[in-house]
Amino acid sequence: MSDINAMPSTAVANNQDVEFWMKEDHHPANGTLLGFWIYLMSDCLIFACLFATYGVLGRSYAGGPTGAELFDLSLVAVNTSLLLLSSITYGLAVLEMQKNRRGTMMAWLVVTGLFGLGFLGIEMYEFAELIHRGAGPQRSAFLSSFFTLVGTHGLHVTFGIVWLITLLFQVGRFGLTPANKRRILCLSMFWHFLDVVWVGVFTFVYLMGVLP
Amino acid sequence: MRMFMKTLRGLPVLALALLLSGCDAVLISPAGDVARQQRDLIAISVVLMLIIIIPVIVMTFVFAWKYRESNKAAHHEYDPDWNHSTVLELLIWAAPLLIIIALGAVTWTSTHKLDPYRPLDRVDHVRAVAPDTKPLVVEVVALDWKWLFFYPEQGIATVNEMAAPLDRPIEFHITASTVMNAFFVPSMAGMIYAMPGMETKLHGVMNKTGNFEGISANYSGAGFSDMRFVLHSVSDADFDAWVAKAKAGGGHLTREDYLKLVKPSEKEPVQYFGTVDPGLYNAILNQCVAAGQMCMSDMAKHEQHSEQGMAGMAGMAPAGHTHP
Amino acid sequence: MNMPDAGKLIFGRLTLEAIPYHEPILVATFAGVLVIGAVLLGLITKHKLWGYLWNEWFTSIDHKKIGIMYMVFGVVMLLRGFADALMMRAQQAVAFNGNPGFLPPHHYDQIFTAHGVIMIFFVAMPLVTGLMNYIMPLQIGARDVAFPFLNNFSFWMTVAGGILVMVSLFIGEFAKTGWLAYPPLSGLEASPDVGVDYYIWSLQVAGVGTTLSGINLIATIVKMRAPGMSMMKMPIFTWTALCTNVLIVAAFPVLTAVLVLLSLDRYVGTNFFTNGMGGNPMMYVNLIWIWGHPEVYILILPVFGVFSEVVSTFSRKRLFGYASMVYATVVITVLSYLVWLHHFFTMGSGASVNSFFGITTMIISIPTGAKMFNWLFTMYRGRIQFEVPMLWTMGFMFTFVIGGMTGVMLAIPPADFLLHNSLFLVAHFHNVIIGGVIFGLFAGINYWFPKAFGYKLDPFWGKCSFWFWLVGFWLAFMPLYVLGFMGVTRRMNHFEDPSLQIWFQIAAFGAVLIALGIGAFLIQLWVSYKRREELRDVTGDPWHGRTLEWSTSSPPPAYNFAFTPIIHEADAWWDMKERNQTRRLEGYLPIHMPKNTSAGIYLAAFAFVVGFAMIWHMFLIAGLAFLGLLVTAIGHTFNYKRDFNIPADEVARTEAARTEELAAHV
Repeated sequence: MSDINAMPSTAVANNQDVEFWMKEDHHPANGTLLGFWIYLMSDCLIFACLFATYGVLGRSYAGGPTGAELFDLSLVAVNTSLLLLSSITYGLAVLEMQKNRRGTMMAWLVVTGLFGLGFLGIEMYEFAELIHRGAGPQRSAFLSSFFTLVGTHGLHVTFGIVWLITLLFQVGRFGLTPANKRRILCLSMFWHFLDVVWVGVFTFVYLMGVLP
Repeated sequence: MRMFMKTLRGLPVLALALLLSGCDAVLISPAGDVARQQRDLIAISVVLMLIIIIPVIVMTFVFAWKYRESNKAAHHEYDPDWNHSTVLELLIWAAPLLIIIALGAVTWTSTHKLDPYRPLDRVDHVRAVAPDTKPLVVEVVALDWKWLFFYPEQGIATVNEMAAPLDRPIEFHITASTVMNAFFVPSMAGMIYAMPGMETKLHGVMNKTGNFEGISANYSGAGFSDMRFVLHSVSDADFDAWVAKAKAGGGHLTREDYLKLVKPSEKEPVQYFGTVDPGLYNAILNQCVAAGQMCMSDMAKHEQHSEQGMAGMAGMAPAGHTHP
Repeated sequence: MNMPDAGKLIFGRLTLEAIPYHEPILVATFAGVLVIGAVLLGLITKHKLWGYLWNEWFTSIDHKKIGIMYMVFGVVMLLRGFADALMMRAQQAVAFNGNPGFLPPHHYDQIFTAHGVIMIFFVAMPLVTGLMNYIMPLQIGARDVAFPFLNNFSFWMTVAGGILVMVSLFIGEFAKTGWLAYPPLSGLEASPDVGVDYYIWSLQVAGVGTTLSGINLIATIVKMRAPGMSMMKMPIFTWTALCTNVLIVAAFPVLTAVLVLLSLDRYVGTNFFTNGMGGNPMMYVNLIWIWGHPEVYILILPVFGVFSEVVSTFSRKRLFGYASMVYATVVITVLSYLVWLHHFFTMGSGASVNSFFGITTMIISIPTGAKMFNWLFTMYRGRIQFEVPMLWTMGFMFTFVIGGMTGVMLAIPPADFLLHNSLFLVAHFHNVIIGGVIFGLFAGINYWFPKAFGYKLDPFWGKCSFWFWLVGFWLAFMPLYVLGFMGVTRRMNHFEDPSLQIWFQIAAFGAVLIALGIGAFLIQLWVSYKRREELRDVTGDPWHGRTLEWSTSSPPPAYNFAFTPIIHEADAWWDMKERNQTRRLEGYLPIHMPKNTSAGIYLAAFAFVVGFAMIWHMFLIAGLAFLGLLVTAIGHTFNYKRDFNIPADEVARTEAARTEELAAHV
């Protein structure tokens, strides 16, 4: 393919040996990773909207509690480290995948999933606690945007875990086929993407929220 | 057949009549200085753009006609590979660019000059506003589906009717009760949205006497089509008489009356209120007319940082204008 | 649990009251739909077409068939959207002097909302997507799109959204908020009924399809071009398709997000856009237009591509200024994100903000103007054949410049203070959408129809359709420009000033002419089918085209190209013809192709049920349907055998048949 690209088009005025049809089978490059990347960018825009919404409404307390009054930073710190660790373990899983070591790879994936579940558990506890204290999403525009932004991220993590479990089954049953490897890489992008989004949430929502 | 010919002959007459009626369309011959300047802008922009549009349309037809396949005379010009000319391409980018630069300059200056929030500095194209003139303040509330006007200086309130003294600048403070509307007197000045919990402003002046129509220019639900009012543009003496009539003819507008008035209704007749509960407009604006509601302005005071959060988006500017 | 509770659990707020049997117009429509539907289903059953439709079309992952299905869907929805338009024009033509007309606000307000939603989301979008789906892979010498299954799924999601809108006619009601459903009007307090929920869920379901299709087509263009086709050798339609899909992927998530926020306000009781509790409706207006403005370029860019192809083909010349055309397209793509605020200058932003957005808006007219000149200079020194696609193009060039001019007028904030929300505005956007998008789609349909079906469309009825549309358009919308100057706002149900009526009557007459134009188009399809043997084109290249889609047979075989083409020049097929290339007739290889699957249609069906159940608060059913959706999706990922090979001798047979046909017709 590359030599054809390099062919100067003007040099082939009307000679007979210019090829117009490929003799051999043409395999276009697989677009899955690119397509998934584009999907992530579109998902990123959804988060961008939610961040913007939080930026606009994040101080509209409507007489209700503020972030400084509500947020428990130590809990969030635990949460954040769980998610960051899960990204590292996913990275380790991918390294194992590249060495074709199915067992250890799956083990790391399980660890990743457990970290993810831990993260979700803490988040749900936090939400329940807030609602219990009368600071539910209906209380003020600030809380609406808080619950929606953090909740959307949590929903993504949930789907990530469902996908992870599915993949564990598929790898267990069909092995590290090219298709499965591609899927593991896609989920890896998804997982790291959620991590990056969480860093944004942690910074803009929690850290800046407790600032005076 | 004769009937048909008659109708056919009638057509040009009809067309002419239509054209004439189009010419005294309210936006073409407005009664207020602001709307007149806005109209002039429309005219200037059309003329500027026609510099490009007319040649394009002419070229479309000339090229289409000249280079049609059946025109053998043009066949010798046929050049299937001609697809580039640096000069031409520079020209076709530069010509629209120049027009847009001119139009952009006009836009920048006129947008600032005609900013609805900016107090007027002229009564019309010859007279400046006298330095000691205080504009007439009118507070406008868009209700479902009628208009409520407060005249704080005169102490009166009216529904679906307003009056304005000739050549006196008017400062409108505009809000709404439940949904978005747009306050629009086409013959006076442009429109501006009326939004609940927020205040927008508009400055205008009337240069002709007469009765002019005001409407809501933003769809707001079932009764929207009848959400009209009359603006009486009158001399100072007639204005005073109108105020006196309102004072004499109307009762007192209490908060309870307002809560009744705010309920959706259509084709509401004109009403006058001689006196008004103090602070009612501000209570409407801050959504705390009913007993026990916390005013938005108090909430804002309660939160120290409310304005910072608002500054995030360029399009959110009105939030800064919101509170009086 | 007692009985009423159980009923509520299953049926939510859906009761028999939701069926509008007291509205004669709707009952008649429903009866009509039932009769036509029964006849259609009967005919399909009688001719035993169910298996064929299911196996060859509904479950097909062939981009060509999906493209055609998009077009059919778009045309069917056009009929619904246009029926709404006719009713609006009729209502406004008669509702004077105290006559309330035949549509009370409750019905009328749904009609103008549905008209806008349907025309944009379920007519213009499917037609544009259909064209891109069909033509683009052929133009880049590919055998399918990057993700064929996703393509099928996207189509059915679009259809599911469309069906939700249609269902709202007969069960419940549609939104009465205008096509962008601004809160607080679309909030729970002002619109407690199901209309806005229909709006939300139909757009969400269809929006998933649109976004995925955007991702799919970008990946296709980036990854699957034939060898030798560098970016600057891509056909211009492919370029516009690329920019369009970038716009889709970068704009539709914003719509998804803002509709999620609105539904949270409505379902959960959050306070994003409410009047109290810190909510801010202006944020909705900003966000929806951040999607909404790019959306109009999503519609117009592909048809700019169509016009470019048509002008150069029928002028028998290379496109003038290919490079500047590409740059103009890219510039428009970028600028379309910097103008959204011009839709609400009247919201009271400061003068500097307003003039910034006004000026960025005007700047868009520079690349657009450059495109216009490029088309003109393509015609210059050409040999122009006025076939039907070229007629549409001429109609476009003449009409669109006027729409562009009125658009720039609206971009000047102080002028907009007078013209905003007026019928002038309505005339403007119909001027660019009909004069641009619709004319372009008809040009494209007439241009590429012979490629898709192997015979040309009947030119006589095509010309009838064109002239009815053109004259109808001018008669229908010039009066609206005038009415705008008379201070008339949009969405009015009835009027008081009798001097306006004549203008509305002219406009209504124009709408009738457009109806004849649509009728002529349908007749054109029918007549062409009847006369298909006379109109047959066996060469695959009826217009002496320039791009690769004309190099294969009409209709193309499932695999598009027996051999992948190698590209040397921008107008690849023209180049091949210039250099006397011959079809390769031996050395066929088996061709790897994706297999049909019914997963997409099941997933979309579940999505439809989720949407419908959510609208009526049948949360149990919604939950179950969502579970079904999830399980089906996961189940689909267990299907690893998604391809098959077309054996070499089958390819050889197909190609030999074509060789014979070509020889017989020389």
